[in-house]
Amino acid sequence: MTAAIAESRPAPLGDGPAIVVRDLRMRYGTTDVLHGVEFTARRGEVLALLGPNGAGKTTTIEILEGFRIRSAGEVSVLGTDPAHGDERWRARMGIVLQSWRDHGKWRVRDLLHHLGQYYVPYSTPERTRPADTDALVAAVGLGEQADKKISTLSGGQRRRLDVAIGIVGRPELLFLDEPTAGFDPQARREFHALILDLAKTEETTIVLTTHDLGEAEKLADRILMLAGGRIVADGTADELARQVSARAEVRWSRNGQHFVESVEDPTGFVRHLFAEHGEAIGDLEVRRASLEDTYMAMVVSHEATGPDAAVAGWTGAVQ
Amino acid sequence: MNPVRHAARLGLRRGLAEFRQSMTSAEDIGFQIFFAVAFLAVVFFQRGSTIEGTDMSVAMATLPSLVGLQIAFGGIMGAAGVLTIDRGDGTLLRAKAIPNGMLGYFVSRITSAALGTLMSMLIIFLPGLLLVPELAAVSLWNWLYLLLIAAFGLLATLPAGAIIGSMTKSPNGLFLYVMLPVMLVTGISGIFYPITALPEWVQWLAQVFPVYWLGHAVRWVFLADTGAAAEVAGVWRLHWAAIVLGAWSIAGLAIAPGVLRRMARRESGSVVAERRREAMQRMA
Repeated sequence: MTAAIAESRPAPLGDGPAIVVRDLRMRYGTTDVLHGVEFTARRGEVLALLGPNGAGKTTTIEILEGFRIRSAGEVSVLGTDPAHGDERWRARMGIVLQSWRDHGKWRVRDLLHHLGQYYVPYSTPERTRPADTDALVAAVGLGEQADKKISTLSGGQRRRLDVAIGIVGRPELLFLDEPTAGFDPQARREFHALILDLAKTEETTIVLTTHDLGEAEKLADRILMLAGGRIVADGTADELARQVSARAEVRWSRNGQHFVESVEDPTGFVRHLFAEHGEAIGDLEVRRASLEDTYMAMVVSHEATGPDAAVAGWTGAVQ
Repeated sequence: MNPVRHAARLGLRRGLAEFRQSMTSAEDIGFQIFFAVAFLAVVFFQRGSTIEGTDMSVAMATLPSLVGLQIAFGGIMGAAGVLTIDRGDGTLLRAKAIPNGMLGYFVSRITSAALGTLMSMLIIFLPGLLLVPELAAVSLWNWLYLLLIAAFGLLATLPAGAIIGSMTKSPNGLFLYVMLPVMLVTGISGIFYPITALPEWVQWLAQVFPVYWLGHAVRWVFLADTGAAAEVAGVWRLHWAAIVLGAWSIAGLAIAPGVLRRMARRESGSVVAERRREAMQRMA
């Protein structure tokens, strides 16, 4: 790990983790917004930074992008400290933000082609840069809009163009900040398909931020849940769900009498129940707390009572 | 392939493409035409009168001053206005996210400022040829001098505009910190009103800024033969024009890169989003 951080020249493709973050801290004035965030992203992994607004997702991603200078901690992105990343390093990543409204007078294909040209000097035998403009326009579903002015695109089309620009340099690492904010369900579904396809075919490491658990579950290999500037959970959607649902509520009846108990090992408990009472058991019901219920409870608490209570609430639910 | 030269070439290409776009955009053309019509209206109403003691039309005397102003305006607004707008909509952040994108961006902006200034001069001169017969007699050498002055003028005003633009946070600030000062300086620079009729301290103040000297230099190109009676010292002082404009260029080029770098370093997704939120609130 330490070697990966210390290394300052760009690591060759496929060598070492894409991102290593250790004890990352960010402070604005006297307010701490990140308290020692730690995680690693493998090459080719799709990682979601999930959390309510104000949890520190955007700050974290902007530090990784090299757009914001951290207060403390060690960060390595594609083998380089983002605070000292050069243009060669920049050429290996793509960035998609939610607030872009630029280049309204350009036509879709022209802008994509023009911006792609900046990557020509960074083409390598393993990864020829940039991507073919027309193929990319088609891949993001803007074939019919290729000759339209960008100012005439809908919100969803605009964001797909942003993704196309983000990947025109065939990045090894792609950042997506709240990529589907303000989308309708249809646009959201199409966008998810596009991202999944990209992760599969280009072997791009993707880091996305979202406050939507469903989106994180759908897109990410691994979810990092942030609250109050800390990572409170790190794992696949299944692992997170299991952490949350470590306890389950078991309801049953015996001889017409109803029982309910909260247990840590529902399977073992039920096995035991049947072993002891056999045929007498009826109306069996095992209910695990869903990840969604627990996440929603944390989001509500984050907004109502602040990050510390939310973190405490989440930790309590998990243990 | 040298990535830096490559990006500079791309910037040049981008400047040309965006100039072409603005030439086909009704909004931009309308803006240019509005100014041209306003300028020409002034010239039109002066066409009958001549300057006292000469047989030269007042129009011929005004036109060079307007062109001098256009160069200064093109430099300041070409940098400050565009920079403020480009930060607002994320154009600058986009450039930052792309390898050598910032270099390409600045080259493109210098290109489009130069082309825009050239275009606004053409828009004045072409109809001007019809209204002011003396223009047809201007020699080729003098037109080349004019181009040289325009280049020198942009060099003096673009960096200053970029510095102001880096410090201007919103389109509202643009009016307060850019338009208003430029208008005030223009008012005392002998463009619309003879500078010699102003109090002496105002004349001194005006001579600190590029606007007077650009007007002075362009007037020299077109009016050299008719004398410099309306100038501050009563003579042509091209060396002073070169010194003042040169000082602005050197100071601007020394300060602007640092200011621009600091401004660019602060740009990020959340900064652009926050700016947008504030703009929405102002509108509501």
